[in-house]
Amino acid sequence: MLADWPLLSLLIWTPIVGGVLVLLAGDRGGAGPKRIALAFSLATFALSIPLFTEFDRGTALMQFQERVPWIAAFDIYYHLGVDGISMPLIVLTTFATVLVVLAGWEVIQRRPAQYMAAFLIMEGLMVGVFSALDAALFYVFWEGMLIPMFLVIGMWGGPRRVYATIKFFLYTFLGSVLMLVALIYLYHKSGSFSILDYHQVPLGMREQLLIFLAFLVAFAVKVPMWPVHTWLPDAHVEAPTGGSVILAAIMLKIGAYGFLRFSLPITPDASAALDWLMIALSLIAVVYIGFVALVQADMKKLIAYSSIAHMGFVTLGFFIVYTIAERNGGLQGAVLGIEGALVQMVSHGFVSAALFLCVGVLYDRMHSRLIRDYGGVANTMPAFAAFAVLFAMANAGLPGTSGFVGEFMVILASFKANPWFSFLAATTLILGAAYTLWMVKRVIFGPVRNEQVAALKDLDAREYVVLGALALAVLAVGVWPDPLVEVMHASVENLVQQATTSKLQMLAAHP
Amino acid sequence: MRYVYLGIPLAPLAGAIVAGLFGAFWPRLGRAACHWAAILGVAVAFALSLVVLWEQTLGGGEPWNGAIYTWMVSDGIRFEIGFLVDRLTALMVTTVTFVSLMVHIYTIGYMHDDPGYRRFFAYIALFTFSMLMLVMSNNFLQLFFGWEAVGLVSYLLIGFWFKRETAIYANLKAFLVNRVGDFGFVLGIAAILAYFHSLDYADVFTAAPMARDLTIEVLPGLEWPVITLICLLLFVGAMGKSAQVPLHVWLPDSMEGPTPISALIHAATMVTAGIFMVARMSPLYELSETALSVVLVIGAVTAFATGLLGLVQHDIKRVIAYSTLSQLGYMTVALGASAYAAAIFHLMTHAFFKALLFLAAGSVIIALHHEQDMRKMGGLRRYMPVTYWTALIGSLALIGTPGFSGFYSKEHIIEAAHGASRWGAELAYWAVLAGVFVTALYTFRMFFLVFHGRERMDEHARAHLRESPKVVTVPLVLLAIPSVAVGALTIEPLLFGGWFGEAIRVAPEHDVLAGLAAHFHGAWAYALHAVRTPPFWLAAAGVLTAAVVYLWRPALAGLAVRVARPLYLALVHKYWADDFNEIVLAGGARRLGRLLWQVGDVLVIDGAMVNGTARLVGMVAAVARHVQTGYLYHYAFAMLIGLLAMTSWLLGLMR
Repeated sequence: MLADWPLLSLLIWTPIVGGVLVLLAGDRGGAGPKRIALAFSLATFALSIPLFTEFDRGTALMQFQERVPWIAAFDIYYHLGVDGISMPLIVLTTFATVLVVLAGWEVIQRRPAQYMAAFLIMEGLMVGVFSALDAALFYVFWEGMLIPMFLVIGMWGGPRRVYATIKFFLYTFLGSVLMLVALIYLYHKSGSFSILDYHQVPLGMREQLLIFLAFLVAFAVKVPMWPVHTWLPDAHVEAPTGGSVILAAIMLKIGAYGFLRFSLPITPDASAALDWLMIALSLIAVVYIGFVALVQADMKKLIAYSSIAHMGFVTLGFFIVYTIAERNGGLQGAVLGIEGALVQMVSHGFVSAALFLCVGVLYDRMHSRLIRDYGGVANTMPAFAAFAVLFAMANAGLPGTSGFVGEFMVILASFKANPWFSFLAATTLILGAAYTLWMVKRVIFGPVRNEQVAALKDLDAREYVVLGALALAVLAVGVWPDPLVEVMHASVENLVQQATTSKLQMLAAHP
Repeated sequence: MRYVYLGIPLAPLAGAIVAGLFGAFWPRLGRAACHWAAILGVAVAFALSLVVLWEQTLGGGEPWNGAIYTWMVSDGIRFEIGFLVDRLTALMVTTVTFVSLMVHIYTIGYMHDDPGYRRFFAYIALFTFSMLMLVMSNNFLQLFFGWEAVGLVSYLLIGFWFKRETAIYANLKAFLVNRVGDFGFVLGIAAILAYFHSLDYADVFTAAPMARDLTIEVLPGLEWPVITLICLLLFVGAMGKSAQVPLHVWLPDSMEGPTPISALIHAATMVTAGIFMVARMSPLYELSETALSVVLVIGAVTAFATGLLGLVQHDIKRVIAYSTLSQLGYMTVALGASAYAAAIFHLMTHAFFKALLFLAAGSVIIALHHEQDMRKMGGLRRYMPVTYWTALIGSLALIGTPGFSGFYSKEHIIEAAHGASRWGAELAYWAVLAGVFVTALYTFRMFFLVFHGRERMDEHARAHLRESPKVVTVPLVLLAIPSVAVGALTIEPLLFGGWFGEAIRVAPEHDVLAGLAAHFHGAWAYALHAVRTPPFWLAAAGVLTAAVVYLWRPALAGLAVRVARPLYLALVHKYWADDFNEIVLAGGARRLGRLLWQVGDVLVIDGAMVNGTARLVGMVAAVARHVQTGYLYHYAFAMLIGLLAMTSWLLGLMR
């Protein structure tokens, strides 16, 4: 019954309509606009639950498809659908948005209605990115979602917000332009804008390399991969808490998602030829960024760098496929790597969101993000300290939390590719614990450092709900990840087949 | 029985949840309710452990190996949570739950006035759950779960008094050093999955003999047997958790935690997880002579070198901590000599007498209002008779007095090292033999300084001296009983009766214990025979030296310090291991981080590339601005040139 609903359209348009309503209600409405925003975000989250429960785990085909002509002249369709790769990310998006609305409830004093509206509209656009199966539609959502984020950082951000927004915008925009060129070229080759057609279109090596690089620039910036990562710490530091949460939890995943939806299946031979580059950049992200995170004085910067290191695991998990095939002559381990990367994406969504919210809790009270301004917070905020330690442990990849699952899977899989990949990746056990727990030591533990810390008030009910929901999610995935991993199997197996089937022979067969 | 097995870890977990969550959110749930919840949970676990022990030994039950639930399936590999219950497990769960129960009861007295009373009970019950999951596991995933979970609780408990800078330094250090071990451990698990396609013990052990000749290229041109690599990587994990040199540095600092957890976690149970793990993996280790030699040598170095450090400590808990390190070294030597049963035997006896010593030390510490410096103790024998006698029993067991439990286990480790024929066995034998003297010396140095001699505490402290309450002394007595008796009662089946069955596998050509069995004619005959062996005289010499130096001729200590000044300095500075770690490793990491950040990110990427590009665009624009003159004929001219260029390019292409 539910499967007959245009569920994906509802997930896209419900929050956008809600956002417009909130804008119309305006700031004069008191708590009204916030209530509308909360109602719409909750409704969207509720709508995304059947997406998970009704999802057919047995097929790699796109599900919940909707397809109507949009711009007939160019064969552009309003074509939506999800598989086991995109579906968990959509649920993550709707979940995170509820938290962001709650987190901004009393904190955002200036133009709260516009703030809430920006996040609702962004939510719809992000769901659009994950569910679009038409390249033109994908591109519209992809660029569209930048605008609300740009506004969020630019209007509610910190003192250097202008520098940060421009850097953020230019970086991501320049990448996107190259992607647009690649998408148009593929349209030219395949005669349609359907992403699924792109997967089938035969391409020569030179074409593949150029397309791969064009995609790489777009996606690497979003992930972000070393060395195009420096916009992220700046953006995070300047963004308000909600902006950081969405940026870390969802936007970074969109880059990684791009590799799976575009790069690997469309340009398998180029991916195989350049996998060494991707693996090298991923491992640099894990090790180099791990050391950089260690010495950050600003909590948000530290978590931002930690995000980059964790996303290194994601791209590592994607691109070890080829080395595994080459070294073992089989694909055993490839699915484990990609599923591990996907779990890492979801988990990082929870954990980084939770850590940014924790920093937000402190920032709202003391208006500082600097580690040295804190110390002994556990004395005055014991409940907060318990949550913070839990999320810190999840960030350090402790078993029983979601942070462990993806890292563990990727480390296991990369050993099959090359023990040294695994060796370098596993340094995160030490580095991740070092930078996260050193911060915890300086901020949470110790004697009360100053009068502001002594005057801190522990969590209120709203903050309890937000952090408690994330804590449950982190523990649930850590203790029993099977329900999450289960939905991915068919799609990931199919993807591994696509990624390891050369298009060059196809080209030779049908010139 | 499945529900009995499940109940063992779940009962303490329930206790932890009740004590933790309800204690935090429902303050009306009083302190007593919290400690009853935790104690009841652990008591149930202990009772069920006894049932399992009975079933596995006298009841004639078969080992049970089964899954509880499927954690995840990916890539055709089933990752499961499950139990392997055999005699090794039964022995471990019984030891763990018994010591844990004693410590829980003791805590009521020790932590009586602490504001974190409820939190403490929640933590130690959670610890018990984690440790039980670790020892009951039937697969590497759950082993790692338990492994890290006990590490987490250890972290939380070392830093229990989080206002103290030293405590939160120590817990971070402990966690990070353990993470270095885990780094190796997780790679070992990855190697196992890569070569055996399963993380299930039974699958891996069955397939292991077939993998004997597999090699892996660790460096170009350097081939290693896969099994050796796996065993060494797993052993790195054991070195972290069981504090073997050079990853031993965290254990002495862990004494910042409250004394009950020093007894439970940092003496009796968690630190022996590495020993247990290697014994559990005996089917793998037996296939690698190289790995066993490494284990043997590391154990020997730890046993001797860390024992020496115990001689120069003034903090009573640190003396016992170094003693623990040294005893863990003994167990590791036993593992390296393929005498896994002897290692587990010593693990068990040590759990009793070392927990006893720690709790006795705790009793002294509370009597002196949290004074831990032995220079401010002395003559406590008269004030604290129960503590005195139980501490004496613990000390005699520790130094291996014939008849006490520690005697039987330690003697066989020395004999096993003597009988082993692999590389490093010679060194190990001399190290553990010399270690006997050192053990006796530091143990009785501590004992005499605390309980005998001049009363060096101040008047105020002396006036308040009295024996500890029943909740403290009863666990001491209950631990003293097995410290005396358990060795004599269990040595025959454990070491020579093949009691462990299939749980521990030893290749016939490695079986040193089988050789010793021929000379064993019952526990009492063995104890009498010991009087004619070197360890007995070495221990006696150690006690005598301690008596001379610390009771009768105190000036001798100063003389020894002057004569052997370089050695003394090395010991006082703990072989400079902490300094090395702090300056070279931790400092180096921070310097590297700062360098990568400031040079890599700020200067090169942001400075030269990003902002440099921005400046370049600015400069180009400044030049390009001059092109836009606004005169129509300039534009027309430019268009003409462009058109010409394009046409010639196209013409060139067509040719």
